[in-house]
Amino acid sequence: MKITTKLWIGLMVLILLSPLGLILPEHFKAGSAWGEWGADEIQKLVGYVPQGFKKLADLWNAPMPDYAFKGWEEKGLSYLSFAYIVAAIVGIAVIVAVAYFIGKLLSSKGD
Amino acid sequence: MHIPDGYLGPATSGMFYVVMAPIWAKASKVVKKTLKASQVPLLAIGAAFSFVVMMFNVPIPGGSTGHAVGGVLIAILLGPWAACIAITVALVVQALLFGDGGITAIGANCFNMAFVLPFVGYYVYKAVSHHAPVDSVRRVWAAGIGAYIGINAAALLAGVEFGIQPLLHHTAAGQALYCPYGLNVAVPTMAGEHLLVFGWIEAVVTALVVKYLQKQAPDMIQE
Repeated sequence: MKITTKLWIGLMVLILLSPLGLILPEHFKAGSAWGEWGADEIQKLVGYVPQGFKKLADLWNAPMPDYAFKGWEEKGLSYLSFAYIVAAIVGIAVIVAVAYFIGKLLSSKGD
Repeated sequence: MHIPDGYLGPATSGMFYVVMAPIWAKASKVVKKTLKASQVPLLAIGAAFSFVVMMFNVPIPGGSTGHAVGGVLIAILLGPWAACIAITVALVVQALLFGDGGITAIGANCFNMAFVLPFVGYYVYKAVSHHAPVDSVRRVWAAGIGAYIGINAAALLAGVEFGIQPLLHHTAAGQALYCPYGLNVAVPTMAGEHLLVFGWIEAVVTALVVKYLQKQAPDMIQE
């Protein structure tokens, strides 16, 4: 088997395992990464929401916020794990397409 | 380490876009000269690998989480400039599609994770491996050490970027306008988390993949 084929398979395994990155933090009741809090969490941590933060925080409306479907925030962990895998597949599909495009654009012809 | 929107003031986020522009330009130039058509799949796999590795959030005591980046591995296999492009693609997709990392902070996040991380990691790897044979154990160690130092350099920088915000932007009453924590909290936290936990994950993942490739595809590990 070609090494790139093996690496693609490795990627697929990582995609299927990715919900571990959701379930483990949930299990240990870990919140956001440091410095990646939302307004509510900042309010709790320092007692106020910085004014500049308020203006900028919701600047962008991502189609799959936090690697989940919109409106799925209250769903159970199994739903969120499914969404996580879908997000991994969508993300990788877009990244591979963009990387191929850039790679073809930049790479030298020949071998 | 994905700085969201609202944590950096306009001066900082603007400055990092300005800093990254020539780095991205140089990366395209170098990659245009060095990347072979046969390596394009590897560039895509590298970017995808970095993206999915960053989804593996690891909880740490204190209720926080973090993750590896996988960027030093890409630098070892494709060189630091190609790694810069691959990680940039991953970071931009994370920000646009998943809201992971801010739109205004793409410059800063790319500087930390797509520039400093692969470059520091790569040159440490090169210095430690020092022309050792491709199949040597020394190369596995070099990869691990490079990965550890690379991600920690990036985390330290992110800590500084967070930490200078209260100095740069605050109200007359002293309330921060953006990131509310100063250098005394941001730097030890970001550096500490990565020195103690996430740096080791980056190191082990990088070293293991390099060890695997030594057997499976030694020609991929050349420099």
